Amino acid sequence: MRYLPHNDIDRQAMLKAIGVSNIDALFSDVPKDALNAKFDLPDHMGEMEVERALGVMAAKNRAAGAGPCFIGAGAYKHHIPATVDHIIQRSEFLTAYTPYQPEIAQGTLQYLFEFQTQVAALTGMEVANASMYDGSTGCAEAALMARRVTKKNKVLLSGGLHPHYGAVTRTNLELVDATVAQAPIDVDASEDIASQIDDETACVIVQSPDVFGNVRDLTPIAEAAHAHGAMLVAVVTEAISFGALKSPGEMGADIVVGEGQSIGNGLNFGGPYVGLFATRQKYIRNMPGRLCGETTDAEGKRGFVLTLSTREQHIRRDKATSNICTNSGLCTLAFTIHMTLLGEAGLQKLAMLNHEAACKTADALGQVNGVEVVNKSYFNEFTLRLSKDASGVVDQLAEEGVLAGVPGARLWPHDKEAHNLLIVAATECVTDEDIKTFSSKLAGAL
Amino acid sequence: MNNQGRPTGAGEATASNVKTFTGNKALQIEEALSFEIGSFEQTGVDLPEPASNANRLGGLDRKSDIGLPGLSEPETMRHFVRLSQKNYAIDMGPFPLGSCTMKHNPRLNEKMARLPGFGDLHPLAPESAVQGALELIDTLAFWLKELTGMPAVAMSPKAGAHGELCGMMAIKAALEARGEAGKRKRVLAPESAHGTNPATAVQCGFTVENIPADKTGRVDLEALKAKLGDDIAGIMVTNPNTCGLFERDIRAIADAVHEAGGYFYCDGANFNAIAGKVRPGDLGVDAMHINLHKTFSTPHGGGGPGSGPTVLSEALAPFAPVPYVICEDGKYSLVETRRAAKAEGESVESLGRLTAFHGQMGMFVRALSYMMSHGKDGVRQASEDAVLNANYVLARLKTEMTPAFEGHCMHEALFDDRFLKDTGVETIDFAKAMIDEGYHPMTMYFPLVVHGAMLIEPTESESKRELDLFCGAMLSLAKRAKAGEADAFKAAPVYAPRRRLDETAAARHPVLRWTPAQKAEAAE
Repeated sequence: MRYLPHNDIDRQAMLKAIGVSNIDALFSDVPKDALNAKFDLPDHMGEMEVERALGVMAAKNRAAGAGPCFIGAGAYKHHIPATVDHIIQRSEFLTAYTPYQPEIAQGTLQYLFEFQTQVAALTGMEVANASMYDGSTGCAEAALMARRVTKKNKVLLSGGLHPHYGAVTRTNLELVDATVAQAPIDVDASEDIASQIDDETACVIVQSPDVFGNVRDLTPIAEAAHAHGAMLVAVVTEAISFGALKSPGEMGADIVVGEGQSIGNGLNFGGPYVGLFATRQKYIRNMPGRLCGETTDAEGKRGFVLTLSTREQHIRRDKATSNICTNSGLCTLAFTIHMTLLGEAGLQKLAMLNHEAACKTADALGQVNGVEVVNKSYFNEFTLRLSKDASGVVDQLAEEGVLAGVPGARLWPHDKEAHNLLIVAATECVTDEDIKTFSSKLAGAL
Repeated sequence: MNNQGRPTGAGEATASNVKTFTGNKALQIEEALSFEIGSFEQTGVDLPEPASNANRLGGLDRKSDIGLPGLSEPETMRHFVRLSQKNYAIDMGPFPLGSCTMKHNPRLNEKMARLPGFGDLHPLAPESAVQGALELIDTLAFWLKELTGMPAVAMSPKAGAHGELCGMMAIKAALEARGEAGKRKRVLAPESAHGTNPATAVQCGFTVENIPADKTGRVDLEALKAKLGDDIAGIMVTNPNTCGLFERDIRAIADAVHEAGGYFYCDGANFNAIAGKVRPGDLGVDAMHINLHKTFSTPHGGGGPGSGPTVLSEALAPFAPVPYVICEDGKYSLVETRRAAKAEGESVESLGRLTAFHGQMGMFVRALSYMMSHGKDGVRQASEDAVLNANYVLARLKTEMTPAFEGHCMHEALFDDRFLKDTGVETIDFAKAMIDEGYHPMTMYFPLVVHGAMLIEPTESESKRELDLFCGAMLSLAKRAKAGEADAFKAAPVYAPRRRLDETAAARHPVLRWTPAQKAEAAE
C-alpha cells in the first residue's frame, strides 16, 4: 500500500501512546454489527495493474483528437499550449487548498485576481467572480441572483439557450417556486423575446452565439429588459468568441455567464470545467461564489485575499447568496495561463481562425445534397438541416471515424422537429483535409 | 566551490533583516501582475494568419479593445512558477485543515485522467464512441455503492455542496410525490454543521433549525425528538461530525426521523474516517454526498474542482437526477431527460438536471485510479491510519492544549482555546505562528460550537516522524504562548511571503480587478 507511510511497528507504538490495545478500540462508538463490514471489491493493486485496467477502458473511447471532430454545443476541442498543463501540475498549485490563509496562498490568490480581471475584460463587465462549477450552474446562479436583485419571480429563457442550461436553471428555480417561461426552439434566431418581458420578469436569459451558432444582437433585449426593471443574463458557451464578437457588456447585459472550458481546459467528457460569472460593480454584494480582492499586508506590501465573504455560506449559513463552497480552482488557473499566453492579440487571431474554419466547413457541407445551412450568422458553430434524422447519420459517421456534430435528437429527444438538425462546430483544430473527409462521408450517408 | 576552487566557508551569521534592491529574499521573488509585465501586442502562441476575410458575424464583430496584455512563453512560465512558490501545499508538508482532508494526491491519478480516451473525450460524442467512459462511470458508481451500502448513486454533482443540493432536492421530490411538500418545510441541522448545510436547505425552499448538541459534542437525541413532527422534511447530520466524533445514537436518530416521516441527509464530508470499515447504508442514511476530493484523494487544486457523487436510499433513488448511465447486455447508454427517466405508468419523476453534462469525469478517473490502487484493504487501512494519526496527535497535544471533548476522536482532533486563556494569544495568532514553523494552520474557529476552535486533521498521509515533529512544534508554541510571548504571536507570520493581510480594508473598498488605466498611469 504505497500511499501509506506507517509500518506495523509505527502503528503499535502509536496505539501504545494513545493507550489502547487495538485500532477498533478507537471505533467503539460505531454500532458493533456495523463495524468491519464486508465488501465485494478487489484488494489493492500495483501501479502497472491499475494503468492496464484503466487503459483498456480509455481505449474503448474515441478521443476528439483521434480524427476529424466537429462536435461542440457547449464544449469545444481547442489546442492547449503545453505550458498550461505543465504549470497546473506543479505541486504548489495542484495540492493547495482554498486560500484561507492568504499569507501562504498568494500564488493562488494572485492568479484568481488575474482571472477575475481577464473575465471582466472579455465579457465587457466591471467585475467577475473567481469562477463557478461550469457555465450551466453559473446560468442557474445568475437567475437566482436576478431574483434577489429585482425581487421578482419570473425567468424567461430564450429558444436559443442550450437546452441543458435551460434544464439546470429550471431544476434550481423550481425549488424556490419561481416561474420559468421557456420560449420554443428558435433555430434561426427569429424569436421576439423582448416582447415577452413584462413587469413580473426578473431576468431574461439569452445565449449568443446561441446553441445553434447564431450570433444574436442583445442590445434591443437589454433595452426592453431595463424598461421593465428586469435584468439581461447573457450566456456564452464558447469563450473563444469573446475575441471576435462585441462583448455582452457592450450590448447592455447585467450578468454574463459563460463556459470557460475553451480556454486552457480539455474536453474531459464534460467536466471539470470552469464557469465564468461577471456583472456590474453595483451588484457585487448579491453575487454568488468566491471573490478575490486586493489589499495590503502589515508592511504595506500589496497582497490579495478572499473578500466579501459575508455573502457566503461559511459565514452567513442560511442567509448566504448561494451554498457554493468551492470554485473551479485549477481549471481557473488553466484558463488564466492560456489567456496570459494568448493575450489580446493572440485571442483575436485565434477567434478569426475559428471563424474561418467554420465558414469553410459550412461552405463545403452546404454543397452536399440534402443539406441546408440554417444560419445567417455564426462564429465557429452552425446548424444544418438534413434530409433525414441526424442521429443515424452521426452514428454512421462515427463508425467511419468522423465525429460529425451533435444531432438534434441528442438535445431535444422529445421534439421531433429538431431531429433533422445537426449542430456542427469547427475550431482551429480542424484541417482542410478534415473538412473534405466530413463532406464526402456526409454525402455518402445522405 | 568558488572560482578559485576553494571550498566556501559559512562566514559569520549577522543581521538577518537585509533590505534588497529588488525586494526579493533569495528564493522568495516578488512578482507583479501579468498585466503589469506584458503588453497588448505580445502573445506567447504562434498562430497562422487567417487566410480569408470571411465575416459572417452578423455585424456584431468586436470593434473595441479587450484590454488584456499578453506575455511571451518564457515570461508566462516564470510568472506562474514564481506565483506557485508563494503557496503552501500538501506536497510540501502537513496540511492539517480539519474537515478539509488534505491527503497525498498520487500522480498516477493525474496520468490516468490525461489518457486521451478520457481527457480528450467530448461529452456529446455518440454513445458508441464513449463506451469506455460510461463503463468507468458505472464502475466508480459500483465502488461507491458498495463502500456505502447504498442502492443508487447520482454521479453528476460537481462538488460537495452540489451533492448536498442533489440530496436535499431528492428529499423534496420524494415529499412532493407523497403530496407532503407543502406541509413538510422544516429541516434540522446541528449548530456544528458546515455552513453549506443550512445554505443548501434554504436553496431548496426549506427553513432550518438547530439541533442542540449534548455535552459530549454529539446530537442530543431527546432534544432532537422534541423537535420532530409532521412538518419535518428531514435532518442534515454530518457523521463522523465536525467535532471529529462518531454519532453514537446514529441509528436511533435515523429511526426517529423516519418515524416522523422525514428523511436523513448525511453530510459525507468525513466519510474518510470510516470508508472500508462502516457502511452508512447500515446506519439508516437516505442520502449522502461523497467528496471525491477528500476521501478519494482527487487534488484540491487551490479550491476546486471538487466532485460530489451522492448515494441514495431505495426511497430516494427514483428521484435521482439525469443524466445517468444504464447498462443492458453489456452496452452502456445514458438516460438524459426527465421524461426518458420516467418509468411507464409511474408518477415519480427525476429531480431534473444539475449540470450541463455528466459530472466531473476528470475527477471520476482520478478517484477510481486511487480506489483501485488501494483496494478494499487499502481503503480500510487508510481510514484506520487517519483515525490513528488524529488520536496520536490528540494524545500528544493534550498535555499543553485543551481538547474540546473528552475521549477518543475519529479522524480529526478538536481543541478549544482554554489553554490560551489570559495569555493574550488568540486562536488566529496561534495559527499564524504555525505558518512560521512551516505548517499550514489547522481549521480555526470551526465548528462554531467550540470557543476558538482548532480542528486538526492529519490524515493517513503523515508518517510518525512527521507527526512527532509537528506535535513538537505545537507543544513548543503552546508553551511559548503561556510564557508570555504574545507580542511575537501577534506579529506572526514573519517568514511567509506576506505578513498578515488587511481583510477589513479589502471588504470595505473592494478592488476585484486590475484595470488598463493602471497600466497607462504606470507608463507615465
